Amino acid sequence: MSEVRTLIVDDSSVMRKIVERSLRQAGLDPLVVHEAGSGTEGLEILKVKQVDLILSDINMPSMDGLEFLRQIRAQNLAPGVPVVMITTESSEEHVKQAILAGAQGYIRKPFTAEQVKERVLPLVHAA
Amino acid sequence: MLLNGVRKAAIATAGRGGGIEMEPSMAVSLRESLQQVSDPRNLDATVEEVFQLMLGVNCRRDSEPVKQELESVTAVVGFGGLLSGACVFTSGRAAALKIAGHMTGMEFQEIDDTVKDGIGEICNMLAGAWKGKVPELAANCGLSVPAVITGCDYRLHVQAPEFQLHHIYRFAESSFAVTIVCDGLQ
Repeated sequence: MSEVRTLIVDDSSVMRKIVERSLRQAGLDPLVVHEAGSGTEGLEILKVKQVDLILSDINMPSMDGLEFLRQIRAQNLAPGVPVVMITTESSEEHVKQAILAGAQGYIRKPFTAEQVKERVLPLVHAA
Repeated sequence: MLLNGVRKAAIATAGRGGGIEMEPSMAVSLRESLQQVSDPRNLDATVEEVFQLMLGVNCRRDSEPVKQELESVTAVVGFGGLLSGACVFTSGRAAALKIAGHMTGMEFQEIDDTVKDGIGEICNMLAGAWKGKVPELAANCGLSVPAVITGCDYRLHVQAPEFQLHHIYRFAESSFAVTIVCDGLQ
C-alpha cells in the first residue's frame, strides 16, 4: 500500500495517539499523520497539506467535528477525501447528522483496531 | 467543586446538540425509564467495556473504598438535556499513571498533562458509553468536554440528586471510582 496521509482531529492528544496506533494495527502503513487539536486547526492544516483520509472527533471545544466537516465541504478543502467521525456519541440521530454533514464513516468510542480496520480500510481503498 | 460549570457546558452542548439536532424533548420522557437509566448493571458493563477495549485490561467491581493517596485525579463530564448531572471518575495517583500508561504505551512518573488528558478521555468514554445504553438518553443528552482536577483532600458534593451510582472497580492492584450523579430528569 502506498503512503496514506492522514489528518487526525481530536482535542485529546492521547486519543490522537490511540487512533494513530489503531490505524497502524489496521494495516495502514506507511502512514503519515498530521494532528489537529480542534476543527479550526484541522482546517488550517487542510489549506496547506494534502491528505488521503480524515478522522475527526465530534465533541470538541471552539469548533466541533460536524462544523469542521461542514467547513471542509463549504471551502472545498480535501475534495473526495473520506472523512470518518470517531466519537462517544452513538445514537442513530448523531450518525445521521454526521452522514448528512458529509462523513463517510462513523466509529464509536471505545473502539477496537478491528473496528477501525473494517470501517476505514474500504474507504481508503475506494478513494 | 466545579460540577455546576461542567453541567452548564453540557447543557449548552445539548442545546446546540453538539452540532447535532436533538430529538424533540417534548416527545420523550426519561421518567418512565428511570429504572433502566439508573440500573447499576449498565455502569458495570460500561466500565468493563471501556477498560477492555481501550486499555486491554479486565476490571472487576470491588467493595473496598479507593485507597487514599496524597495526590488524586478526578475527571468530570457533564450531562445536559433530558438528564442533567455528571459522570465523575476518581483515582489515586498510582492508578491514574497505570491507566495513562495502558492507554498510550508510555511510562509515566508524574501526573502530567498527558495523564490528565488520558483520564479526561476515559471519563468522556465512560459518560458516552453509559448514556448509550439507554436509547432515549443517547439521543437526547449532550456531554460536556472533560474537566480534570488534581490535588488532595477535596470532596464532591451534590444536593439531593435524583439518583446517584457510586461504584468502585479494581484492575491489577489499582482501584478507581466511577460516580454517575443525576440531579435533573425530564
